[in-house]
Amino acid sequence: MLRPPIARVRGLGSAKDGVRQWWAQRVTAVALVPLTLWFIASVLSMVGADYAGVVAWIQSPSVTVLFILFFLALFYHAQLGMQVIIEDYIHTEWLKFTSLIVLSFTTIFLGIVCTFAVLKVSLGS
Amino acid sequence: MAQDKRPLAPHLQVYRWQLTSVLSITHRATGMLLTLGTILLAYWLLAIAAGPGAFASAQALLGSWVGQVVLFLWTLALYYHLCNGIRHLFWDAGYGFEIKTVYASGMAVVLATGVLTVVTWVMAMNGPGGGA
Repeated sequence: MLRPPIARVRGLGSAKDGVRQWWAQRVTAVALVPLTLWFIASVLSMVGADYAGVVAWIQSPSVTVLFILFFLALFYHAQLGMQVIIEDYIHTEWLKFTSLIVLSFTTIFLGIVCTFAVLKVSLGS
Repeated sequence: MAQDKRPLAPHLQVYRWQLTSVLSITHRATGMLLTLGTILLAYWLLAIAAGPGAFASAQALLGSWVGQVVLFLWTLALYYHLCNGIRHLFWDAGYGFEIKTVYASGMAVVLATGVLTVVTWVMAMNGPGGGA
């Protein structure tokens, strides 16, 4: 998909990478447009709410599901974007690879932390 | 490494600042800031999960003037990255490459970012609780 036949013959080129990450970056971007607008609108509607109100909001099934979708798209998108920045500006190999590994660990960790927090609130009594 | 010592030419500072290049680098800068901002998001959600006490501390932190400034800048970065991201998606689809269109869409992004940020904060300030 999106790869001309000549690219298959010549291999992956100087980028040493295929189109998969570029595509994933766009798919997550498209998903994040409505999800981000939903997130902003929801948080805005929660301004001034007390603890019980915020908990009840997160416990609503649609909110729980939308939050998890939001985290998946958000942290995948953030990881792909930061990876491009690191690859573009860090040219010392060991530092580049160390940064990429730290980036992967951090985004996956944050994504799981956010998902856990929402599920704990949602499934807790 | 040897390649780090090589001279860079032409020097970046000889270029005139242009709307297009400034918006381009701002997209990356806001992307980085928003990635950092997810730590704040994780903290806020963990505070809710931890209970009323932790939630109250988080709300107090976010409601302080430092917290409000950070949240305002976060909103600004989020709307910018969102609007300019949509501009990028149009380019990816093959539209809007004419120089006039590129400048017009760039101005539209700047304008939309400002308007959306102001509208959001006016709504937040006049919301049900009258402020965070």
